[in-house]
Amino acid sequence: MSVDPNAVNSSSGPGLLSRVPVLHWLRTQLFSSPLNTLLTLLTLWLLLATVPAIIDWVFLKSTITATSAQECRKVTGACWAVIVEKHRLILFGVYPYEEQWRPLLATLLLLGVIILSGIRRFWNLSLLVFWLIALTGAAVLMWGGVFGLTHVENSRWGGLPLTLMLSTFGIAFAFPLGIALALGRRSNMPAIKTICIVYIELIRGVPLISLLFMSAVMLPLFLPEGLTIDKLLRAQVAIILFAAAYMAETIRGGLQAIPKGQFEGADSLGLTYWQQTRLIVLPQALKIVIPPLVGLFIALFKDTSLVVIIGIFDLTQAAKAALVDQSWRGFSIEIYVFISAIYFVFCYSMSKYSQSLEKRLATEHQR
Amino acid sequence: MMNLKNTVAAPAPKKNFSWNNPATRAIVYQVLAVALVGGVGWYMVHNTLHNLSVRNITTGFDFLTREAGFAIGEGLITFTPADTYQRAITVGVLNTLRVALCGILFATILGTIIGIARLSKNWLVRTVASVYVEVMRNIPLLLQLFFWYVIIIETMPGPRKAFHPLAGVFISNRGIQIPSVHGEGLTWLLVGLLLAVLLSLTLRVWARRRQDQTGKIFALGRSTLVLLLVTPALAWWLSGTQMSLDVPELKGFNFAGGLTLSPEFAALLFGLVIYTSAFIAEVVRSGIQSVDRGQWEAAGALGIKNSLVLRLVVLPQALRVIIPPMTSQYLNITKNSSLAVAIGYPDLVSVINTTLNQTGQAIEGILMIMAAYLTVSLSISFFMNWYNKRIALVER
Repeated sequence: MSVDPNAVNSSSGPGLLSRVPVLHWLRTQLFSSPLNTLLTLLTLWLLLATVPAIIDWVFLKSTITATSAQECRKVTGACWAVIVEKHRLILFGVYPYEEQWRPLLATLLLLGVIILSGIRRFWNLSLLVFWLIALTGAAVLMWGGVFGLTHVENSRWGGLPLTLMLSTFGIAFAFPLGIALALGRRSNMPAIKTICIVYIELIRGVPLISLLFMSAVMLPLFLPEGLTIDKLLRAQVAIILFAAAYMAETIRGGLQAIPKGQFEGADSLGLTYWQQTRLIVLPQALKIVIPPLVGLFIALFKDTSLVVIIGIFDLTQAAKAALVDQSWRGFSIEIYVFISAIYFVFCYSMSKYSQSLEKRLATEHQR
Repeated sequence: MMNLKNTVAAPAPKKNFSWNNPATRAIVYQVLAVALVGGVGWYMVHNTLHNLSVRNITTGFDFLTREAGFAIGEGLITFTPADTYQRAITVGVLNTLRVALCGILFATILGTIIGIARLSKNWLVRTVASVYVEVMRNIPLLLQLFFWYVIIIETMPGPRKAFHPLAGVFISNRGIQIPSVHGEGLTWLLVGLLLAVLLSLTLRVWARRRQDQTGKIFALGRSTLVLLLVTPALAWWLSGTQMSLDVPELKGFNFAGGLTLSPEFAALLFGLVIYTSAFIAEVVRSGIQSVDRGQWEAAGALGIKNSLVLRLVVLPQALRVIIPPMTSQYLNITKNSSLAVAIGYPDLVSVINTTLNQTGQAIEGILMIMAAYLTVSLSISFFMNWYNKRIALVER
């Protein structure tokens, strides 16, 4: 078995191999045993078979300066010119061209508040204020109609800002709902407990797509005649309801990790249930669940791509729209790679942040 | 302390219905909550019924027996447009189960290999595995599905110039063709395989009992392997070796014979397996790492052979950590298979989507989707909870 998580480098004699650092490293890391040598060679073969071809396609044989699709078809590598040509459509959808500074600003606002939430100095009530400002600001910028901004129908919103809005609004509204559900699930009152369990398990048991379909075709039937909510808002509601169930389970994990003594201590001080929850339980529980909450946000960020299926113009749908143009047909892989890269940068940096946070928070528990 | 009980008799709690009594408040809160949920529910049902009557939509499941009138690209049972909606939905369910089960199988294998590779002593293997995990789990599954689908449809050559990596395997823009086996021998082969599984389970019980009594360890792995290989082969030979290999070949513009994996199925399976295996790799890695280094050393100190340490000491403890998150990954594959609708693989969701577009029976359709996934989700989690309880650490 080549598995040994705590492997100690085998000590070696004072030969050339152990005196030259590089050779020593090579020997212990890559050629320490026949099996390891075989694995190294196999991996090298795999890399040689794929990496040069990918580098060729992405860099060496690609073109970014081509001015037309005809020019692009002559090169064997990637045609990045299609991204140059279509980047506004991919990033901002069909938002009016002259007004596209507004979705850009909204994107920056949302990104700003996400980054701010990652800085521990702001982990207090001021964060709530920042979120309120950012969410309202983004909504005002996108919608317009006030402060001299022209009104833009939300059927014309699209691209990156929409993806960001769906996920940030989703997480922001799911948060209080999730806390309520988690507290309800741990409640002593059987009726409230049952309602919460049924809700959480029901939502977690079905795919997000079915909820989105529900928002698209069933929600209009639930509302009184004459009252209609537009498609985007309905999808946003579905995403919030979906995220809340997962959020509740994450927060419940944090609540369970709090020692019984904390509850008893709070009781003995004569705190009421709400004082106990607000002052003793939640601050500790939420701190524990911050890393999994970041994970939840990453998952939600990726999951918002599903709104494509009900025809909402998010980042992924924008890619499909860019592919509709007849003259630039056949470069879908380039566009998918570009969008994948955007998603990757967001998700990877958030997951790295969550890992480092986990490490920092973990050390504080040690005494 | 003994007589304390007698002297201070706890006063029976007075029945008072004031707001200060937590029990009273609990009842009031619960009544309010139930009334709220019930009221909202009633209001929505009321609106729905009104809206349906205004739009002249009939409710009920009568439409299931009507003629579907649309074709389905692929399925495990035959389907023609003249068949009923009921049969169409059955085809959809079977398609979902097919892709979910294949996905679970391959994702587990690939994920376990990559998870172990991430812990390898070999720097190169470790790094490649890490890059794979980080890239694959940070790109949305839907995008990966589109990507694989486009790769198969647009960049693969036509059937005449199909890739031919192995004998009998063709990869083209019509999907992937692999050889299939059929004939009477196949049934016997399967019977033999079933027999072998039953035999090895019996052997396992016997070996465990003998080990409990005498302490002798039986080479279970090797004998099971032999059984699994020999019994089906024997059954096949006894049945008169009636089995033929159906190798796909190019006839005209398309392939004939063999088994065809359509581009949609192949893209969906590829996407699901690659995406989920990255998550499974992390589950496996953290499971193995959760076993303390002392366990390896202690097992070594007891003189247990290296090959047995993993099986007898480390794996049983790692599995305990691995199984709950693994279950949720299996559930995720099943639920994520619903993304099939985006690339046109006829799974449950896309068949019902077509159905409700044709009939307008939106509520029934969506309820059926939800009921189907809930059934699968709840049964997998019940099974896994049972299994988890069985192998859980029994403490005091």
